[in-house]
Amino acid sequence: MQNQEEHTALKNTVQSLLDEAKRQGASAAEAGLSQENGLTVSARLGDVETIEHHCGQGLGITVYFDQRKGSASTTDLSPESIKETVSAACSIARYTSEDAFAGLPEKDLLATEFPNLDLNHPWAISVEEAIALAVECEDAARNYHAEISNSEGASVNTHQGIHVMGNSLGFLHSYSSTRHSLSCSVLAQRGDSMQRDYWYSVSRNAAKLDAATDIGKKAAERALRRLEGRSLTTRQCPVLYSAEIASGLLSSFIGAISGGNLYRKSSFLLDALDTQVFPEFVHLYEQPHLKGALGSAAFDGEGVATKGRDIVTDGILRSYVLSTYSARKLGLHSTGNAGGVRNLTIDTGALDFQGMLKQLDTGLLVTELMGQGVNILTGDYSRGAAGFWVENGQIQYPVEEITIAGNLKDMLKNIVAIGNDVDYRGNVRTGSILVERMSIAGE
Amino acid sequence: MELLNLARQAILIPAGIQDGDIEKIMSRLLSSPVDAADIYFQSSHSESWVMEGGIIKEGSYSIEQGAGVRAVSGEKTGFAYSDRIELPVLLEAANNVKAIVRQGQDVQVGLVNAGNKSQYYPVANPLKSLLEQQKIDLLRKVDSETRKLDARIEEVIISLSGVHETILVANQDGSLAADIRPLVRMNVTVIVVENGRREQASMGGGGRSDYHYFLNENLALNYGKEAVRQALVNLEADEAPAGNMTVVLGPGWPGILLHEAIGHGLEGDFNRKGTSAFSGRVGERVASDLCTVVDDGTLQGRRGSLSIDDEGTPTENTVLIENGILKGYMQDKLNARLMGVRSTGNGRRESYASLPMPRMTNTYMLPGSHHPEDIIKSVKKGLYAKNFAGGQVDITSGKFVFSASEAYLIENGKITRAIKGATLIGNGPDVLTKVSMVGNDLELDSGVGSCGKDGQSVPVGVGQPTLKIDGLTVGGTSV
Repeated sequence: MQNQEEHTALKNTVQSLLDEAKRQGASAAEAGLSQENGLTVSARLGDVETIEHHCGQGLGITVYFDQRKGSASTTDLSPESIKETVSAACSIARYTSEDAFAGLPEKDLLATEFPNLDLNHPWAISVEEAIALAVECEDAARNYHAEISNSEGASVNTHQGIHVMGNSLGFLHSYSSTRHSLSCSVLAQRGDSMQRDYWYSVSRNAAKLDAATDIGKKAAERALRRLEGRSLTTRQCPVLYSAEIASGLLSSFIGAISGGNLYRKSSFLLDALDTQVFPEFVHLYEQPHLKGALGSAAFDGEGVATKGRDIVTDGILRSYVLSTYSARKLGLHSTGNAGGVRNLTIDTGALDFQGMLKQLDTGLLVTELMGQGVNILTGDYSRGAAGFWVENGQIQYPVEEITIAGNLKDMLKNIVAIGNDVDYRGNVRTGSILVERMSIAGE
Repeated sequence: MELLNLARQAILIPAGIQDGDIEKIMSRLLSSPVDAADIYFQSSHSESWVMEGGIIKEGSYSIEQGAGVRAVSGEKTGFAYSDRIELPVLLEAANNVKAIVRQGQDVQVGLVNAGNKSQYYPVANPLKSLLEQQKIDLLRKVDSETRKLDARIEEVIISLSGVHETILVANQDGSLAADIRPLVRMNVTVIVVENGRREQASMGGGGRSDYHYFLNENLALNYGKEAVRQALVNLEADEAPAGNMTVVLGPGWPGILLHEAIGHGLEGDFNRKGTSAFSGRVGERVASDLCTVVDDGTLQGRRGSLSIDDEGTPTENTVLIENGILKGYMQDKLNARLMGVRSTGNGRRESYASLPMPRMTNTYMLPGSHHPEDIIKSVKKGLYAKNFAGGQVDITSGKFVFSASEAYLIENGKITRAIKGATLIGNGPDVLTKVSMVGNDLELDSGVGSCGKDGQSVPVGVGQPTLKIDGLTVGGTSV
């Protein structure tokens, strides 16, 4: 009940922002508000290290004076601040240019159905319980092996928020969501070789987090297996992206078919609609209404209804990823992707991780990437990497201080297989991905 | 004193908070036996303008304000923040954070003004330094002048942003310190096309100043010229080589090498915990004797400069490596206390909503004696990297990367062909031992750097003279 009252009060705040914009002469406006509370507790070397209480809020408004636009935001939700924020946005709109493509979404694209997406599971965990859980997680890592030599600690994080979105077309909706995580990072040492790695679990529902001891053990295993890594000689070979980093490849692809990069002609996939961009077996789609998932939402950042849809079928690009503005620039309609894709999913093949190693046969398993060396305009790709050298489907030794390079256009087309070892922790759901050939630079 | 009163007027007075209220909150924090405590107030006004497609496309204005309350006992930290600067809210926050220690006692705190030793930037409000119409005119002028430079220019995107931030920090000894921090930034991105091939490049700069900064010496127009020059070079670029080779880094922004390869590894928290590849190595050789590297927060008007850090400590020019020998770490108060040294004024936080940590300010290498041309001449086959995008480091293994955005082959002592950008990877603790020549041409970057650590972003600077490194792995595709 109290929650209901909070929602009503925050919706009233957003409505008052929209009303104030109208009063100040705006022809249209949209506004959003978020209020979040949370707790982060970390433990290191068996004892609590930090206790952080989070309590944040913010609102933002965009106003339109016909085709001119201005935006403003504030962390102060008082009535005076609302007036000032709206007038700041209106004042900016006096100086921006007429932009034929600017404006609110078409009314018939706005969400009208709001299914319960099962996103709100507050975690009634006390500070003491959170400390105990973090200590349990870190203990499991530190006690895993004698070579676990040090720790960056384990941490428990819980966040709960209310989000409101409204516009002058009459859209006004709020929802609550939660996000909880448990993570652990430890160091392993053997002689001069020191390595660090981590593992985490994240969920809307704390009951679905992995067991603290499992997370700790996994962090320890990952740090240990990196010990005494060596470089490779420069060569070309097949590369297997482990599931937890394979999502990055798909995210780069999404970047290249996103409206902003397309209308700026800043993508290696210009005019690629209805052409082959992946091998024929690739099916890539969005599932925005998946219950309890991290990327789920009934509407996008502009209030446009999200819907489950195919992006790639039979390896052919079927749809771009568009907001209202970028869609209009391209002469298309919004795909409900203001703010990005939601629960992007790729159909997997029949092979598990071991099966994928066998298919790799001899090549590089990459488990970590470093740096930002991805050029979405040209597709040129060059990143620091660490992982394992694999021969005859068997891991031989850890590898570090190498780079992997290629061009994304070729890399996507040369995907050989997608494993069924799916990592469900993020907004992109994929198993490990095997790329036929890349350039490795090393010693 | 003037700064303190300005900060009081900007943050405390509008919120109805008196010095006596801060004393109450601090007394509440210290009613548990903590080693340190602080209250950090912040008010930040920022704006940004974007010109794209030949029109003023976007403008936004943002107000962020709030307070963070922290108590530290041993290695333990309690922290709470709120966007609401109100006495009951902050007293409640103090109650929450002092629970990091259990027993209690009564303490009374009296505030004293710390006063700033030196100021490294003007008490300016960049947002008001030009009229709105003047900001728009500046964007339009850069746009039209840049578009005139070459027929192959397809798109020009220009952004202009300014921040006016006021902070006020009260420490457990009752000292009250304040700072007013202007920050401006401009960026020009250019997309060029020739025979169907598209490339882009960006150039920008800024510092702790107001918008007049960009009007000096045609700085803004030069960003456009430089972005066009780099984009056109990239139109001609061939596949980059792959493998280990001699690398010559140009002066200025390539100093991101120092930030990634050694800077992060020398931050006090990692070394106190023993998680850095540099832990326990003070006094040891970590670079060739040509290398002296400092972190200097005291440079006038630089993007990474601070008069005081976010814990109220005056910043310094801290020697990290002197003639190749590791001299010391960058410290905030917590890690300095636990390591038995003093803070070097490197305690920084993204905002009131985040905890301070040891962070870099402006990190650069002092000049050597070689003429840059002689450095190039000395290389038979190698890479000359002139501009970079970003970088990253694993402070435990010491492995770091940084990505070149403008690079050339060196063949027989001459710069020959342009090659595509590529990521370079190396090992922090030994990369500087391979520095065999240091140029006499120290440059600092143009004021574009942002550094991320534990999810917190802060503005930083880097710099270096031309450097020759005898062996670094270049991540091209040409095997």
